[in-house]
Amino acid sequence: MIPELVIHVIKIAGVIGVMLGIVAYTVMAERWVSAWIQDRIGPNRVGPLGLLQPLADGLKLMLKEDVLPHHVNKVFYTIGPTLVVMPALINIAVIPWGSNLFFGSREVKCVIANLDIGILFVFAFAALSVYGIVLAGWASNSKYPFLGGIRSSAQMISYEVCLGLSVVPVFMQVGALNLGKVVEYQAGHAWLVLTQPLSFFIFLVSAFAETNRTPFDLPEAEQELVGGYNTEYSSMKFGMFMLGEYAAMFIMSCLMTTLFFGGWSLPFAPFNAPAQTLGVGLAHVGVFLVKVCCFLFVFIWVRWTIPRFRYDQLMALGWKVFIPLTIVNVFVTGVWLAVKAN
Amino acid sequence: MQVKRPKLNLFERTYIPQILAGMWITLKHIPRRKFTRQYPEEKPPLYGKYRGAPTLVKDVEGRVKCVSCQLCEFVCPPKAIRITPGERPSDAPDANVEKEPKDFVIDMLRCIYCGYCEEVCPEEAIFLKKDFAIAGYNREELKFHKDKLLELGGVHDDKIWKWKHE
Repeated sequence: MIPELVIHVIKIAGVIGVMLGIVAYTVMAERWVSAWIQDRIGPNRVGPLGLLQPLADGLKLMLKEDVLPHHVNKVFYTIGPTLVVMPALINIAVIPWGSNLFFGSREVKCVIANLDIGILFVFAFAALSVYGIVLAGWASNSKYPFLGGIRSSAQMISYEVCLGLSVVPVFMQVGALNLGKVVEYQAGHAWLVLTQPLSFFIFLVSAFAETNRTPFDLPEAEQELVGGYNTEYSSMKFGMFMLGEYAAMFIMSCLMTTLFFGGWSLPFAPFNAPAQTLGVGLAHVGVFLVKVCCFLFVFIWVRWTIPRFRYDQLMALGWKVFIPLTIVNVFVTGVWLAVKAN
Repeated sequence: MQVKRPKLNLFERTYIPQILAGMWITLKHIPRRKFTRQYPEEKPPLYGKYRGAPTLVKDVEGRVKCVSCQLCEFVCPPKAIRITPGERPSDAPDANVEKEPKDFVIDMLRCIYCGYCEEVCPEEAIFLKKDFAIAGYNREELKFHKDKLLELGGVHDDKIWKWKHE
């Protein structure tokens, strides 16, 4: 019998490996999809079909000179990029990426940490990533990063509120904060995107703002801020920001899949109940990954379609539209549940 | 000028229809034909009298057409051409009849591709071909000598053959 600890280590290694692999290929997909949308071909030189491009990009970033400008605050300047990557890597722990995997009679739950406060954990750590950007902007000690840092702190704090409030109706309906339970509920009932479409919409838009993706990429804003908070960064420190952005995108895609699109489930057998055999369990993981990839595509697709919002529009949308809407949504859901219960 | 601002209803003022329309447009572009030309493999089409690298040609019997009259050297505005006149090999049938350049150098870094050399040549021995990607590691390499120029030029299919009687 393999001890529990070893299984955990294997799970963590596997999940982080798959996650970083997908993140690397999301960067590649970003370049491909942007090329296709603009009637170009995209990177196709490194390896077959250009599939080794992420490897080349990573290697290039590693080999670049790591410039440490003399005017920066060295401690915070170094901490910044790590703080951006870390939350995403931690958050993957509570995402249920499948139902069960059976090895013989041994049942392995497809989640690293089956926490009962799942979503709170996610929000707590996702909120940390703003510190990375703010610290980077502040420690860089020059104007564009500083402006980027300010924008990012305002933006991420505002949309954190929308993000948190938008999922409240989901948990009111499910009756649990555990993400695994949310998925099992959806496997039995309808997907929550059908019963909570407004929640999903607000969550989706807030997710774009949280991950600093276009149309809300004001902290970077290449045209106005020369790259915003990452202006002064080079080499692998810059790579960490890049990695952090795409890892956050991946986590948000996972969350949307889990909360609104039924995680590993599909509305027909054998996908509407936790797996009893290894084959079905693996199929569940596959279904989950396909859904996540669809969301990653949406992230990229939106980036190459919609122009950037103005700063006041962004704030107005967050505070004047989404927060009232989410509160109304919570209220309506409460009334609806009360009526249904009677 | 007065621009009429259409009255938007509540749904339109959320911008959602416009955003969805935009996303539909970008989605439609994904399977479209791509405009990228994969350059080193796919050469661009060159039309009409494109003026590329000047080259020397041989006639259909394989003789160097240039008789080193040096008119091209004289006419060349940037003075890119240097000709060292010489004799035909003594075993050639037209030895002592025609001259032939001992060396013929065109400095491709000086050449402005004006085509005057081709225009002025009384023997129709120099032609601007369609080669446009002329690259080298140093200046010496880009001074094309006689052999290189003849290789680039190849054989010219003349309508009138010199020294040929019916």
